[in-house]
Amino acid sequence: MNEPQIEFRHVTKVFPGVRALEDVSFSVARGSIRGLVGENGAGKSTLLKILSGAYQPTEGEIHIGGKRRNYNNTLGAIASGVAVIYQELHLVPDLSVAENLFLGHLPHHSGILKSRELYAKARDLLAQLGEDINPRARVRRLPIAQRQMVEIAKALSRGANTIAFDEPTSSLSGREIQKLFEIIRGLKLQGKAVLYVTHRMEEIFELCDSVTVLRDGRHIETFEDMREVTQDILVNRMVGRNIENIFNYHARERGEAALEVTGIAGKGLSKPATFKVHKGEILGIFGLVGAGRTELLKLIYGAVPPDEGTVRLLGRNIIFRHPRQAIRHGVMLCPEDRKAEGIFPVRSVMENLNISARRKNGFLIYEKWEQYNAEKRVEDFNIRTPSLKQLILNLSGGNQQKVILGRWLSENVKVILLDEPTRGIDIGAKSEIYSIMYRLAKEGIAIVMVSSDLPEALGVCDRLMVMRDGEISGYLERGEFDSQKAMNLALPVQRNEGVA
Amino acid sequence: MMAVFVALFILCSFTIDGFLSAANMEGLTLAVSTIGIVACTMLFCLASGDFDLSVGSVLACSGVLSALVTVTTGSVVIGALAGVCIGGLVGLFNGIVIAFFRINALITTLATMQIVRGLALLFADGKSIFVPNPRFCALGTGNIAGVPVPVLILVVFFIFFGLLLGRTVFGRNTLAIGGNKEAAHLAGIRVRFYKIMIFSMQGVVAGFAGVILASRMEIGDPKVGVSFELQVISACVLGGVSLTGGVGSMIYVVSGVLIMGTVENAMNLTNVPTFWQYVVRGGILLTAVLFDQFRQNPGALRNVLKSFKRKPQM
Ligand SMILES: Nc1ncnc2c1ncn2[C@@H]1O[C@H](COP(=O)(O)OP(=O)(O)OP(=O)(O)O)[C@@H](O)[C@H]1O
Ligand SMILES: [Mg+2]
Repeated sequence: MNEPQIEFRHVTKVFPGVRALEDVSFSVARGSIRGLVGENGAGKSTLLKILSGAYQPTEGEIHIGGKRRNYNNTLGAIASGVAVIYQELHLVPDLSVAENLFLGHLPHHSGILKSRELYAKARDLLAQLGEDINPRARVRRLPIAQRQMVEIAKALSRGANTIAFDEPTSSLSGREIQKLFEIIRGLKLQGKAVLYVTHRMEEIFELCDSVTVLRDGRHIETFEDMREVTQDILVNRMVGRNIENIFNYHARERGEAALEVTGIAGKGLSKPATFKVHKGEILGIFGLVGAGRTELLKLIYGAVPPDEGTVRLLGRNIIFRHPRQAIRHGVMLCPEDRKAEGIFPVRSVMENLNISARRKNGFLIYEKWEQYNAEKRVEDFNIRTPSLKQLILNLSGGNQQKVILGRWLSENVKVILLDEPTRGIDIGAKSEIYSIMYRLAKEGIAIVMVSSDLPEALGVCDRLMVMRDGEISGYLERGEFDSQKAMNLALPVQRNEGVA
Repeated sequence: MMAVFVALFILCSFTIDGFLSAANMEGLTLAVSTIGIVACTMLFCLASGDFDLSVGSVLACSGVLSALVTVTTGSVVIGALAGVCIGGLVGLFNGIVIAFFRINALITTLATMQIVRGLALLFADGKSIFVPNPRFCALGTGNIAGVPVPVLILVVFFIFFGLLLGRTVFGRNTLAIGGNKEAAHLAGIRVRFYKIMIFSMQGVVAGFAGVILASRMEIGDPKVGVSFELQVISACVLGGVSLTGGVGSMIYVVSGVLIMGTVENAMNLTNVPTFWQYVVRGGILLTAVLFDQFRQNPGALRNVLKSFKRKPQM
């Protein structure tokens, strides 16, 4: 048995009104990958933030490499060889990849930057990870998957031997996930200790050597041997009850066309897109990250005004030039990037829920209605918050996502465009969201759902539309759903085959 | 922060002779009326994540213009209107440049600050314009039930803009824009329209404040209000309005303005030398902001102290 690299001893963390962690103790051995699972708000991210020095434990201690660590900032954690790759990435968008990699210890000669050395070192480091990223590129320009690689490379450049990942795959697609897993396995072979947080059960079984379950801030159980557990046991420990079938799909009646998009073109699409979605239908859009799915939704919604094309909504021609128009006509978009486009961080949960569903009482806001509406959403979505007045930035990632979903369902909707709606949401909440989607579809609402999670797309949707390189590459009806077919439509075409 | 003001006020009334006298109270409130009025709309700028540096110049320019127009036309109403209009136009201009050309508010208003100061000097030919018209002075020097008109206006503004920010859709959306502009856009808020409205409002109010000030002084002075914008922003921040946007309420502004007024007044009554007054003002601003930070996040103070004691291991 390897000796422990990370050891949590009786760690408790209290926030005003919330006990996020309660007497958590467990350890992770060198050269092993430990999964960490639990519902939204179970305390996983809080534990990682304590590990990284961003938070101080209220009680308890952490031992790294056999020594007690009592750092009070992230600098101390880095010096102890700890790196945490967060749910939300922490890179400086307008600096180059290389500058980000060596931020804090840029190579210099009496204060003057040694550019050539910087870029050469960066190239080496990225090559070690098997990544083909230009070290001079601005981080802002990189797709999310590559940004994450930059984060990992950054951790390695600092000689980290304890690496924690907080839901790293939530914005990656199949192939990128496999690549990430290879890298993580490589870290394990180098004798590093890895702590891996995810909501995707299949990843735990594929990647981890052991798994720890948290619920309501408490350590419930650690399974040292993956052969002892099944997905059902794990889910049961997480939520405290059994979840039979998370998709629980039932066929529905398909109504008349609700939204018909004809030849819409604009930023992010390589070819004009034409498709329709019917009343009561859940249309999935599958594709790799960067296939133009988000851009397509934004063009329809008017967030980015389209260059050309028409949209027919329940038989009426309209083109939305601003999201406000779309909302007025009952078309909603729940955005993909929670932090940048979804939440109003310094505003309360109540404000975040009501922002686009305002009710007025004459000149003033109808506070009572808003209170009522917010309470209802919190209950509907089982949002974990100490009060409606809590700032949304203090909620766990998954609970923030639920608030945003709740916001869009507050309105009188006809068409809902959901962009990765279950990203970062625990398995119990996912099945709740699916049943809400089914209920809405049954009421005659048309739903378009972008998803990078293929099992989810195949499990929930009535019809799947696949996109590739900014254009629609094909459709699959529920009867012919098949993950291989979907992947073939999503993967880039081999150019040389095309010539022959 | 309101508690700080109350404590300060009680302290001053016990330790400084004549602080509580009616004349002094009138002086105190009158002294902060201009800053207070402009702070009402500055609150909206700050809440939406921007700021406006042109208000000091607008104050001067609208004062000069209203004096000039009153003298030439003989009509006080047209004069006052001219002052308010020039303010509104400057604000509208700021808003359009910021919203449509996406120029940073700091740069835009830094530019208009100088342009408008120049216009004020040009209009007035560098001199102060005296207005020999008693009706012109009524706005600034009049009383209603013993309370000076500018102070009454201040109170009305506090209430009106307080409700506008806290209890209307306009106010909430302003805060949302300051909280996250991109999310606001996707939530269907017309961000550009709001920016233009906020800056226009700021212009109109600064223009109006300029007219009141000119009427109080009985002259239109093109050199008035230098570094006024910084005093207004200080007052807001002193009360607890966040500079990064999304956080703010009128009660913060009211306490900030009152604390500032009380300190100035106390310093004058106790004959603190002018040079020292600057030092004290700056010191108070910094203390207030630090105090506020540690009150919201008590752990931070402990961490700061800790990191002083122990050097990080790198
Ligand atoms: N800064 C904070 N202030 C107040 N409460 C907080 C803060 N950070 C986290 N919490 C609360 O602590 C609890 C644990 O949150 P945490 O983010 O660790 O959950 P999580 O397990 O990572 O959930 P998710 O799967 O949704 O990301 C939540 O109830 C959350 O609301
Ligand atoms: Mg989390």
